[in-house]
Amino acid sequence: MQGQMVIMESDPNNIIKEVTQSDYKYGFVTDIETEYAPIGLSEDTVRYISLKKNEPEFMLEYRLKAFRHWLTMKLPKWAHLDIPPIDFQDIYFYAAPKKKKQYESLDQVDPELLSTFDKLGISLEEQKKLAGVAVDAVIDSVSVKTTFSETLSKYGIIFCSMSEAIQNHPDLVKQYLGSVVPYTDNYYASLNSAVFSDGSFCYIPKGVRCPVELSTYFRINAANTGQFERTLIVADEGAYVSYMEGCTAPQRDENQLHAAVVEIVAMKDASVKYSTVQNWYPGDKSGKGGIYNFVTKRGICKGSNSKISWTQVETGSAITWKYPSCILLGDNSVGEFYSVAVTNNHQQADTGTKMLHLGKNTKSTIISKGISAGKSNNSYRGLVRISKNAVNSRNYSQCDSLLLGSTCGAHTWPYIQVENKSSIVEHEATTSKISEDQLFYCQQRGMNAESAIGLIVNGYAKEVLKQLPMEFAVEAQKLLSISLEGSVG
Amino acid sequence: MQGGLKQNITKELFSGLYREYRASIMAGDYPALTAQRENAIRRFEESGFPTTKLESWKNTDLKESFAREYNVVLKPEQGVDAQKVFRCNIPHLDTAIMGQLNGWYVSKDVPLMELGNGIIMGSLAEAIKKYPALVEAHLGKYTSSRTDSNTNFNADSFTDLNTAYFQDGVFIYVPDNVKSPKPVQIINVIHHDENLFLQSRNLIVLGKNSRLSLVHCDDSYNHQPSFSNVVTEIYLGENSSLDHYKLQNLNNTSTLISTVYFQMEAFSNLKSHYISLNGGLLRNNIRLRFNGPQGNANIYGIYLMDSKQHIDNQVFIDHAFPDCTSGELFKGILDEHSSGVFNGHVLVERNAVRTNAYQSNRNILLTETAKVNSKPFLEIYNDDVKCSHGSTTGQLDQDAMYYLRQRGIGEDSARMLLMYAYADEVISKIDIEPLKYRIEDMVKKRLQGELQICEACVLHCSTPEHPMEFVIDMTKI
Repeated sequence: MQGQMVIMESDPNNIIKEVTQSDYKYGFVTDIETEYAPIGLSEDTVRYISLKKNEPEFMLEYRLKAFRHWLTMKLPKWAHLDIPPIDFQDIYFYAAPKKKKQYESLDQVDPELLSTFDKLGISLEEQKKLAGVAVDAVIDSVSVKTTFSETLSKYGIIFCSMSEAIQNHPDLVKQYLGSVVPYTDNYYASLNSAVFSDGSFCYIPKGVRCPVELSTYFRINAANTGQFERTLIVADEGAYVSYMEGCTAPQRDENQLHAAVVEIVAMKDASVKYSTVQNWYPGDKSGKGGIYNFVTKRGICKGSNSKISWTQVETGSAITWKYPSCILLGDNSVGEFYSVAVTNNHQQADTGTKMLHLGKNTKSTIISKGISAGKSNNSYRGLVRISKNAVNSRNYSQCDSLLLGSTCGAHTWPYIQVENKSSIVEHEATTSKISEDQLFYCQQRGMNAESAIGLIVNGYAKEVLKQLPMEFAVEAQKLLSISLEGSVG
Repeated sequence: MQGGLKQNITKELFSGLYREYRASIMAGDYPALTAQRENAIRRFEESGFPTTKLESWKNTDLKESFAREYNVVLKPEQGVDAQKVFRCNIPHLDTAIMGQLNGWYVSKDVPLMELGNGIIMGSLAEAIKKYPALVEAHLGKYTSSRTDSNTNFNADSFTDLNTAYFQDGVFIYVPDNVKSPKPVQIINVIHHDENLFLQSRNLIVLGKNSRLSLVHCDDSYNHQPSFSNVVTEIYLGENSSLDHYKLQNLNNTSTLISTVYFQMEAFSNLKSHYISLNGGLLRNNIRLRFNGPQGNANIYGIYLMDSKQHIDNQVFIDHAFPDCTSGELFKGILDEHSSGVFNGHVLVERNAVRTNAYQSNRNILLTETAKVNSKPFLEIYNDDVKCSHGSTTGQLDQDAMYYLRQRGIGEDSARMLLMYAYADEVISKIDIEPLKYRIEDMVKKRLQGELQICEACVLHCSTPEHPMEFVIDMTKI
């Protein structure tokens, strides 16, 4: 991995190769028998999912409450997005690979599935040995394989699928599920609470520093299946965890809906780092197909001196609607948000963050880099709110947009609300096209326009990319170049 | 003189009054204006008054203003004491003064002056009668610029209500190639023993290659609550130049919704200054459209708020043509329970290449109860642009305080000095020297809490100037 990274940096030809390789690399469908819930959404669907997953009574009640609340809600329209109407009765809300059994070793895993992972470049075996990453791979909503669980359990760390957690750790789930993103939160979060199929659950006990980077890969495999992931990460007092989420989805012509919820709880002195590389199918050049990604991500710094850091690289999805947020409740807590969002062709992204300062001496940093090309629209929408009691708080935001081509759009909507006198909030943003001087400089030294742009964009996004764990940084750099393919001129 | 007794301000009230007083409102209209009014009242009836549910009104709640009862002004008052209006003048500043009392044009002699160089200024009602073609070419033409999808501004019902009801206001016409020799000052005074709801309309037209300096003051003379809905349309012809000053000094129970539309043709130049010193609820809607290439606009604002005052500056700049530059700098000091809103929106359209736009909003909060909401928003649809924005909120620089204290300056004086220096960045942009001194003076007094509304004002505008100095306490040295 490290070797690869060095090559990437020193040899721009590599980028050109990636750039000139055009189509979406991960567009394939794995032929695994899938079990569906009946199409459409009703209380019966919710009951079916709960029953299928053999859930305890409290979960079914939670889902039904959420579903009933969802029925009363209206589709949000405030985002700067053009969303075609979604027929919620024309979606399979649950799809699980049929051959579900416990595996002793990798040999027992469906070879078809393993080769899917190979194509994705996440060889379980290799990652297990070389990168030291425990992977909870999720294909169509059901966790198939969890590695490293034994190693982790030595530390008392629980890292499993959400369904297992509901079975084995109902108390923890009951205590924390919905505590950060309540089922009443917003339209898609309510929907998710009602029909979520699976996801990852992670609990780091008091004082434990998780020795490996935890990671999941999501894929949306069956056509017309909305994927409703639910992730819950709890870091108890003094714990530390770095969690990575990566996403690729196969090529499909019809739009698919993804409405995930991620909740993070950081207790006193705990620290959680959440990294995402999102590379879902963005639709083809004419804007046909692609994933709708409507995600609610929120973390709460519950105890004092806690910290939550979001890092995201968004290159995929036809429509992205995502605002990873931090509620800084504990005194001296810290929230961070680092983001690179790339849109090309007809992609639309409305993404940003919310930093809600409630505790004293809380600090937050926002670095957002938007890159738009083609006919795409890329919006940053952020809220920094310093409440009356959050004395001596500090926020620094920087939101830059880079425009490639005369038909794209970049928009910045920062909301800044300050309610006390001892806090300092700074916001800065610039929007410009790629510097002619830099391009000229690179081209003068023998690079062609496309690789020069690749290089400049990577440099522009460096501030965020360096926040990513090593494994992701490599993938992210490649993704940046691939996503911008064909945007020159 | 009013449309009935004190009443609650509702959509239904205006709907009804319009039907009732239609004939008298439209008495002087040319046919197109009547049609505009009919459309406007229909739109108003659809949308009603804005609520905090609208994005553009999210942080400005009119509930308190609407909780009061008002007399809706529909006819001018008889026997007005014009001297009341004209007592505000700026020492050493030679201006052509026009007065408005409670929304009606007040003349010293004739309602419409025609100066030798072709400049026409006076009452809008009179201009509609006398120069209908000239008025018709511009009036109501710039209020419906491109729909602002975010704030849904076209649905801003205050402009519609104004279009339906207005009867008078100020009209200024500067012909092609004429440079107005002296600044024009509009004094808009509210003074009445009743709570007034008034609506007036101003139209200012600058011909090709013309030039004008305009000082526009909004003042109240007593503590009676009032609600003003003022719409001003300003047309800047090709290569014209306007220096625009807006001074607001109203009492704490007044509500002012001021909407100014700037339509800027090619090569035109605008400098606009918003100086808000007092006011219960001030809402400045500034809508600017570049309607030709190479336009240049700078908008500066300073607001000094205390007690429970609320200020809301909404600036929308539409870069519809290439090679235009715009700059915004709004600075505020918020004391006690006051609150401030800044909502900047720069739209760069697809073909507006080589656009240069800058937005900046800076706020100082002096108390734990003061609040600020800032949203500098950029919406950009092409890549050949240079746009940036910045927003900061904080307090006075502690290092600077220390520096001054160390040099023997008392804490109060030091704080005053720093606040004044902070405000000076905006004030120093004023080009008319006597006006600059006057405003410097007013800001100093305002910062010391001495400036209130004009009735109790210590400025004594008509008496010789008393320069304001900072007092450095020599005993502390």
